[in-house]
Amino acid sequence: MAQQTTARKPAAAARAKAAPARARRRTSRTTPWMFAGPAAALFGVFFAYPLLAGLYQSFTADRDGVTTWVGLAQYRRMMHDPVFWTSLRNIALILLVQVPLMIALALVMAYGLNQSWLRFRATYRIACFLPAVTMLVAYSVVFRVLLKTDDGLVDQALTAVGLPSIDWLNSPGWARIALIGSITWRWTGYNAVILLAGLQGIGREQYEAAAIDGAGPATTFLRVVLPQLRPVILFCLVTSTIGTLQLFDENYVLTKGGPGNATMSPVLYLYKVGFEQLDFGYAAAIAWVVVLIIGLISYAQFRFLGKDATR
Amino acid sequence: MTTLPARAATPPRTPARPTAPRRVRLLGRGAAVLVLTVGALVSAVPFYWMVVASTRDNAELFASPPPFLPGGRLLHNLVALQHSIGFGRVLLNSVGVSVVYTVLSSLISAMCGYGLAKFRFRGRGLLLGLVLATMMIPFQVLLVPLFQMMASLGWVDTYQAVILPFLANSFGIFLMRQAFLGFPDELIESARMDGAGDLRIFYRIVLPVVRPQLGALVIFSFMTQWNAFLWPLLMLNTEDKYTAPVALYTLIGQSHVDYAGLILGSFLATLPVMLLFFLFQKQFVSGLLGGAVKG
Repeated sequence: MAQQTTARKPAAAARAKAAPARARRRTSRTTPWMFAGPAAALFGVFFAYPLLAGLYQSFTADRDGVTTWVGLAQYRRMMHDPVFWTSLRNIALILLVQVPLMIALALVMAYGLNQSWLRFRATYRIACFLPAVTMLVAYSVVFRVLLKTDDGLVDQALTAVGLPSIDWLNSPGWARIALIGSITWRWTGYNAVILLAGLQGIGREQYEAAAIDGAGPATTFLRVVLPQLRPVILFCLVTSTIGTLQLFDENYVLTKGGPGNATMSPVLYLYKVGFEQLDFGYAAAIAWVVVLIIGLISYAQFRFLGKDATR
Repeated sequence: MTTLPARAATPPRTPARPTAPRRVRLLGRGAAVLVLTVGALVSAVPFYWMVVASTRDNAELFASPPPFLPGGRLLHNLVALQHSIGFGRVLLNSVGVSVVYTVLSSLISAMCGYGLAKFRFRGRGLLLGLVLATMMIPFQVLLVPLFQMMASLGWVDTYQAVILPFLANSFGIFLMRQAFLGFPDELIESARMDGAGDLRIFYRIVLPVVRPQLGALVIFSFMTQWNAFLWPLLMLNTEDKYTAPVALYTLIGQSHVDYAGLILGSFLATLPVMLLFFLFQKQFVSGLLGGAVKG
């Protein structure tokens, strides 16, 4: 083996020197697929194929055990499905209330974590990030016990200070608040750590220049830090928006979408339609509408909020 | 935890602002510490409470007032957990699935990232588009078609059905592509002129250089597979084959929920991931950013 390579070496070198362009082209034809091939094949089989199979399925329905082409009937059905519209309203609420709240909190947290005078910085950072690495089952158990009716810990705390007890997961309004709270608990630290990485990229000379120009802390934050951090904030905003549009984990383990669909999300709904009602055609149609909405909103965010996000 | 003193010693990033009046500055600092402390407590207290709960029994757990300190039933709960779901076996399953997934997925992602970054070939644009598209499309969209596919292949209740759909990891491919983009072409050319094969160049010359990003990918892949819940839940239906999240979730569905055991199991299963995060914070954060944003 070693002999072979040494024997081939001068010849290959000579060839490469004689016609470098041709040599490069020769390697380029097959070798790229040696590297990209396995992933491309896996994508084809386990992503592109099921995606297209789902698209076809969305134009079909099960008629007495026979899969029948029904054109746009499933999509028309969705337009008149109150549960689907409720699920859209629910995530619209989360998108408008929870995402900005969480990003603002994360920004404050990250700004604090970035201060040089802060003691125990590593401890704070680890504590803030803990929720994001928690196993979903653990998360579910903790919140179930915290929010349990009657003897849950939050309820006990409320009654201990004389407030009325709240049936968190069984009244629509409180269930929404509990869901928003638990999503915020899980993801704020995650976003804060990402924003912190962005803050650390801002050089100290920029703070010094601002200080020399007589800028106070508020001015420095608004005029120096925020503009520089724009791409990172946009990154957090886009990933959080996509995460919200894909909402499934949190409401699946906490409320199963209830009570009365108050915490239903489109993805949880398509899961229920597909796996509980076994209505594959309708589930596929909902899935494709979700994909379209995510595509449109992400495109709009990149378009209007900044082209500099993925430099 | 050993990294703490080293971290505390890092040079300050933000200079003190000499122009701000002293009182305003102190007020600002006080507010910042308060916000951070509340945030850290809200984030971390549930974990302390998990430690307390895993050493108590159900009756103590929901007593009024609730317990604030650990009790003495840790061993009892552990034995009960082993008895109810075979916790040791389940953890081994999780380790096996996660390790196999991490090794294969990281390798495939790194290779694909290299191919996309350093070669021009037909279909490259399409593949890159596919990679970006998978990041945008919720996995749940594929659930039904994938499930039917696995059923028709006869792969339900097998580990390949759990692992294969996620092996090509778009996030990892994108991360590695960004890492390889900066690698100088001249080095690859000269290695090629020296007669090195393309695979050899990849393993010996290129891969060692991107070790930090590869490390981030390995940690991230392990965590993702370790925590994976919904797909393993749908695919696995023999108790012997359950991974930790699936086995623990079956406990929730029982008529009399053994909360103490459930919490102990959840805590022990979360522990490895927390440990990984403690040890590799830096790599993890750069991994999260995924090279998408220049910080």
